Amino acid sequence: MKRPAANNIGSALREAGISRRDFLGFCATLAAAYALPAASVGAIAAALEKAPRASVIWLSFQECTGCTESLTRSHAPTIEGLILEQISLDYHHTLQAAAGEAAEQARMEAMRANAGKYLLIVDGSVPLGNAGYSTIAGVSNVDMLKEVAQGAAAVIAVGTCAAYGGIPAAQPNPTGAVPVSAVINDKPIVNVPGCPPIPVVITGVLAHFLTFGGLPELDDLGRPKIFYGESIHDRCYRRPFYDQGKFAETFDDEGARRGWCLFKLGCKGPVTYNACATTKWNNGVSFPIQSGHGCLGCSQPGFWDMGPFYKALSMPTANVEKAAGIAAAAGVAAGAAMAVANRGKKAAAKAAHAPVTVEDLEKKP
Amino acid sequence: MSERLVIDPVTRIEGHLRIEAQLQDGAIAEAWSAGTMVRGIELILRGRDPRDAWAFAQRICGVCTVVHAVASVRAVENALKVTIPPNAELIRNLMIGAQYIHDHVMHFYHLHALDWVDVVSALKADPKATSTLAQSIGSHPQSSPGYFADVQKRLKGLVDTGRLGIFQNGYWGHPAYRLPPEANLMAVAHYLEALAWQRDVVALHAILGGKNPHPNFVVGGAPIAISIYPEHQGQGKGPHYRGGQGGTTLDVVGLERIQAVIASMKSFVDQVYVPDTLAIAGFYKDWFKQGEGLGNFLSYGDLPGKGIDDPSGFLFPRGAILNRDLSSLHEVDLDADDQIQEYVAHSWYDYADGKDKGRHPYRGETNIDYTGPQPPYRHLPVEQAYSWIKSPRWKGRAMEVGPLARVLTLYAKGHAQTKELVDMALKKLDLPVTALFSTMGRTAARTLETKILADAMQGWYDQFVANIKAGDVSTFNEALWEPSSWPRHAQGVGFVEAPRGGLAHWVVIDDGKVANYQAVVPSTWNAGPRDPQGQPGAYEAALKGHAVHDAKQPLEVLRTIHSFDPCIACAVHLTDDNDDAFAARVL
Repeated sequence: MKRPAANNIGSALREAGISRRDFLGFCATLAAAYALPAASVGAIAAALEKAPRASVIWLSFQECTGCTESLTRSHAPTIEGLILEQISLDYHHTLQAAAGEAAEQARMEAMRANAGKYLLIVDGSVPLGNAGYSTIAGVSNVDMLKEVAQGAAAVIAVGTCAAYGGIPAAQPNPTGAVPVSAVINDKPIVNVPGCPPIPVVITGVLAHFLTFGGLPELDDLGRPKIFYGESIHDRCYRRPFYDQGKFAETFDDEGARRGWCLFKLGCKGPVTYNACATTKWNNGVSFPIQSGHGCLGCSQPGFWDMGPFYKALSMPTANVEKAAGIAAAAGVAAGAAMAVANRGKKAAAKAAHAPVTVEDLEKKP
Repeated sequence: MSERLVIDPVTRIEGHLRIEAQLQDGAIAEAWSAGTMVRGIELILRGRDPRDAWAFAQRICGVCTVVHAVASVRAVENALKVTIPPNAELIRNLMIGAQYIHDHVMHFYHLHALDWVDVVSALKADPKATSTLAQSIGSHPQSSPGYFADVQKRLKGLVDTGRLGIFQNGYWGHPAYRLPPEANLMAVAHYLEALAWQRDVVALHAILGGKNPHPNFVVGGAPIAISIYPEHQGQGKGPHYRGGQGGTTLDVVGLERIQAVIASMKSFVDQVYVPDTLAIAGFYKDWFKQGEGLGNFLSYGDLPGKGIDDPSGFLFPRGAILNRDLSSLHEVDLDADDQIQEYVAHSWYDYADGKDKGRHPYRGETNIDYTGPQPPYRHLPVEQAYSWIKSPRWKGRAMEVGPLARVLTLYAKGHAQTKELVDMALKKLDLPVTALFSTMGRTAARTLETKILADAMQGWYDQFVANIKAGDVSTFNEALWEPSSWPRHAQGVGFVEAPRGGLAHWVVIDDGKVANYQAVVPSTWNAGPRDPQGQPGAYEAALKGHAVHDAKQPLEVLRTIHSFDPCIACAVHLTDDNDDAFAARVL
C-alpha cells in the first residue's frame, strides 16, 4: 500500500484530492507576503509541488503554548494543510498522537531519516540556572536543544521567549533563562518574535523555507525584514492623529471612541517592529491598537522590562501635542501636511503589498 | 509482577507533564504526577505596576489565554475596590465564554479524541455508511457521502506517504480502540473541521481584545471603546482591510461579526460537538465506571450577572462538594486563611518555617529549591520532592476542579438546564447519575457545560447591544486609575472559573507596587503531588486501579489524564516572595 513515490507535496496533494484552488490560496498568501507579482504564484506553486514534505521537529521549552495556539490560527497556510500536505510535523507535544517513549522514538527516527535536512522550530526559552528547571523525558532543555540542532538545516526561534528570552528572562530572571541563540551558534537561526507572533507570520516564514529552500533576509535582531521591517507606528491607521496631536487620554473618552492615537496611554508602537498594523490578526480582523489598547512592544527584545506599559514613551519630540498644535496654529498646517505625506507613503506601501486573492489568480489565463 | 511505567512527555496537553506509575500485575497500584518546568512568573511580577500585572499573568498560559488576565485585573480591582461598568462585565463574560467554547472544542477534537478515535482505521470506512451514521446522530449539514469520501482520500494521501507526521507512532490498532471505522472517519472529518472553525471564532477575541492568543485587558474595565460615531463605522471589515482614520473595531460591523461568531459557536456545539460526544461515549461505557479519583469537587463560581461581588448573580455557582454528596454544597471563602492553603512537601520549593506546613496565598511563599536528580534521569524520587507543582488543599482536603465540579455544583443547585442536559445524556446512554464520577463523566461534563455557555453567549450579547442602544457606552472606570488615589497597602483576590476549573490570583500591593503575587490554578489542584499527609492529587487518585494492556502503549493512562485537560504551564509558575527576601528588598 505504501508508495514512497508520493513523498512530495504535488503528488501528495493530487492523491489526497486537495483542490488546486486551496493550494493556490497558500501560494497566493506567500506571494502577497513577499510583495511578489501575481504572476509569480505559478512559479511558487511549481517549486512547492516538487519539494518533498519537509520534516519539522518542534521543541517546546519554557513556554506557555501561546505560540502553538497562534500557529493553529493561521488562515493561509492553514494548520490542517500544513500537517497533512505541506510538512511532516514529526514531533510536537501539543498536537502529536504518541506520548512518552513512542513520542521520543518519533523524534529520533525523524532526526535519523532527515539528518541535515529537517527544520527545527523552538518555542520557549532555555533555563541555564539549573538543568532540573525544565526537562523532557528526563533530559534537560539545553541538552535536547543541542542534540536536535546538530542535524537541523536551520532553526526557527518562534516567539519572544525563544528569540530573546521573553518573560522567563524578565527581571530578575529567576531561572537563568536564555534564548536559542545563546545556546546554538553554528546553525542559521531565524527569530520570529512576538508574544505570540502573528499566526500568518509564523507560517509565512515556514512557507518561505518550504518554497525557496533557504531563509529570508534578516534584520540585525535576526528577524525576517519582510515582516519586521517597519514600525507599528509608521503603518498604524491612527498615525494621522498622532501627527495632528489628537490623543485618547483614557480608555473610553471621546478620543478613544474616535480612534485617536494611544501614545499617551503608553502605546509602544513607535519603537516596535512587527506586521500587526499591516497583516493584522486573526484573518485581518483587528490588532491591539484598533481594539483600543496600546501596543505592548512584544516583538522587541526585553520588552517586559521596558514598561510600565501605560507610561507614555519619551520620544525625541518630547511634547508631540504641543509641537503639532503650534504647527497647526501657525497656519502652516505642518501636522496635516505630515499626515498627508504619511498617507501617500502608506498608499504606496499598500500598493506594493496588495493582497493577491485566489479570485485574482483565477482571472488570469 | 511489578514494573515502573514512565510517560514523559505526556503529549496532547499544554505544558510539561510526567506521569510515573507502579504497575502491579498489569494494573496501576500507585501513580505520581510531576510538572517538569518552572519559569517563576510571580517572582518576575514583584515590584511591577499592578496595572501591568495582567499581561505578565496572562503569559502563564497561552491556551487559557483570557482567564489569567481576567483573574489578574479582578484581583487588582478587588484590592483597590474598583468597580467596572456593566458593559465591561458583559465584554469580559463574552470573552470568557468564547474562551470556554473554543478551548473545550479544541480539547475534545485535537487533544482528547485520539484517545478514543483510531485515525488509521478511518481508511477502512465506507463513506456512504459514514454519512448515514452522521445524519442519524446530528443535523450538521456537512455529512454527504462525497464529503466523507474526500476526507478519507485526504487522509489516505497522508498515510500512503508512509510519513504520518503528528500521527506517527500513535497507538493505532490497539485493542482498546472500539469505534467502528465509520465513526472513526466521522471523527477525523470533525477533527479537521474543528481546526478550521476554531481559527474563525477567535475573531470575537480579536475584535474585543485586538488579537488572539493573548488579547488585551485593562484594570477598571475593557480597553476597547465603543465606536459610536456614524462616520467611523466599518473599520473592522475585510481580511485585508488596512484601516483608515477613526473608530475602533467595536462598531456596527464588529458587533455583527460578534453575533455571527456566537451563531457559529452555537451551531457547531449543537450540531457537531454534543452529538459526537454522546456517540463516542456510547462505545466506551466502561469508562463511566473508572477514573473518578477524589470524589471532592470545588468551584469558585463565575460569569456575574450582578457584578463580581454578588455570587447570587453568577451563572456558575460557588461551592464545594465532599465525598460525592450532592445534597450539601459547602461554602467557600477565598479570603479565609484556614480554607485554601498550599503545601510543598513533595514540590521543589521550600517554606521558611518548614516544608510540612500549609500557607494561604496572601502569605504564600515559594523559594525554588530543586532537589531532584540531575538530568538525564530515569526515575523521580517520589518519596521526596518530585514536581514543580504545589499541592493546594481546601480545609485540608484534596479537591478536583473543572467541568465536572461545575456541572455537579449546578446539578446540586438544581439549575434547570443542567438537570435537563445531564438527564438527557444519561438517559441516552442508559447510565445512572453516579456514572458522572468517572473519566468519561468528566469528558461529557465538559461538553454539556459548553452547551450551557453557547446558549448564554446570546443573552450577554443582547444585553450589551440593548445597553448601547439605550445610550450606555461606558466601558471603563477611570476613577482609581492613578496610583496616587490608592491606599499605601491593599490586598485582593481575583477569581475566574477557567475552562479547566477554579482559578484565583491573590495580590498584595504596597506603595503602588506588587509586593506579593500568588496564583493557584486549576491544574495546580488537579495535577499536584501528594501533600504532607500523603493524600494524592486528583490525577494521581484517578489513575489508581487502571488496567494497562500494554505498558509501551499506555492508552488507558492518557484517557484519564486527558479527561482533566491538563494545563501544566498554568500549574507550574509558582515562585514568589518569602518574607525575608521581601523585607530585604524594600529596605
